[in-house]
Amino acid sequence: MVASITNLGRSGLYDWVIQRTTAVILAVYTLFLLGFVIAHPDLQYSDWQGLFSCTAMKIASLLALVSICAHGWVGMWTIATDYIHATGIRFLFLLVVAAFVFVYLVWGIDILWGA
Amino acid sequence: MLVSIYRYNPEKDEAPYMQDYDIAIPAGKDLMVLDVLNLVKEQDSSVAYRRSCREGVCGSDGMNINGKNGLACITPISEATKGKNDKLILRPLPGMPVIRDLVIDMAVFYKQYESIKPYLDNDTPAPAIERLQSPEERAKLDGLYECILCACCSTSCPSFWWNPEKFVGPAGLLQAYRFLADTRDTSTQERLAELDDPFSVFRCRGIMNCVNVCPKGLNPTRAIGHIRNMLLQREI
Repeated sequence: MVASITNLGRSGLYDWVIQRTTAVILAVYTLFLLGFVIAHPDLQYSDWQGLFSCTAMKIASLLALVSICAHGWVGMWTIATDYIHATGIRFLFLLVVAAFVFVYLVWGIDILWGA
Repeated sequence: MLVSIYRYNPEKDEAPYMQDYDIAIPAGKDLMVLDVLNLVKEQDSSVAYRRSCREGVCGSDGMNINGKNGLACITPISEATKGKNDKLILRPLPGMPVIRDLVIDMAVFYKQYESIKPYLDNDTPAPAIERLQSPEERAKLDGLYECILCACCSTSCPSFWWNPEKFVGPAGLLQAYRFLADTRDTSTQERLAELDDPFSVFRCRGIMNCVNVCPKGLNPTRAIGHIRNMLLQREI
């Protein structure tokens, strides 16, 4: 048993499940957006605004946003623990990643639900 | 045939280097790489490598042959040089400390093997003769028990290169599943609990280098998948 305090889910299995589940959510969300763009060849700003002002789309977007944050953290944590072996530098790198994830999350929520 | 061998003697050399040997291969013969090494040894007795059974059973002569890990004793030179020029390039198994020339320090590999408790653990009273298995139960061990611990798989795995102290590696995990799948073992839950961290099993990214190089044709990636499923079923 190898102990780790910086991974997302406290166990390898949780991280693995989180990464797979979020990957499916992101794939479905991306395919939907792609389908929407293809289905609207003359896409206008009003269509786009209409889509994102719908509550269901807001919920889906928020789910995708949380998913990308969790997925990104698990992935970046894996990269950091593979390639950065100096503890101090790794901690710093993870701190920067955590800051980015937090900023993107709050910013994304603000864009979706803000005034 | 031109044979290029990784040379490093830490007592004499400041850095490793490749040394070329011109070896006369008997006409019409497809020698094994180990035979070629033995011919090199006749020319230069200072070349160091491990070998024992010379028939793919002991796992001593695992090395990197023209860029691919394998056992020198069962790799014909025709196969090693197929699609390449007629040169044989021999290096030690990658990612491990080199003791000398093609001889590596396998301590961390054995430490990981030891960590998975490679023995049957059964807390029920011992029967008079032996613990029986049905043919079906025994068949579950096929493709697992044949591992000879040559380390070709683990040393071809980038996850093992980066975290040899934390990631058990394909060889160790194949054996971990061998004991998880054995109906005579009663420590399944304890074994799974030991593997449920972010490194021991889950550092495997499924790139299947291990399957590609295993000289016994085994499939550690599939065994790792079975362990993941067992962990998943245990938690859900």
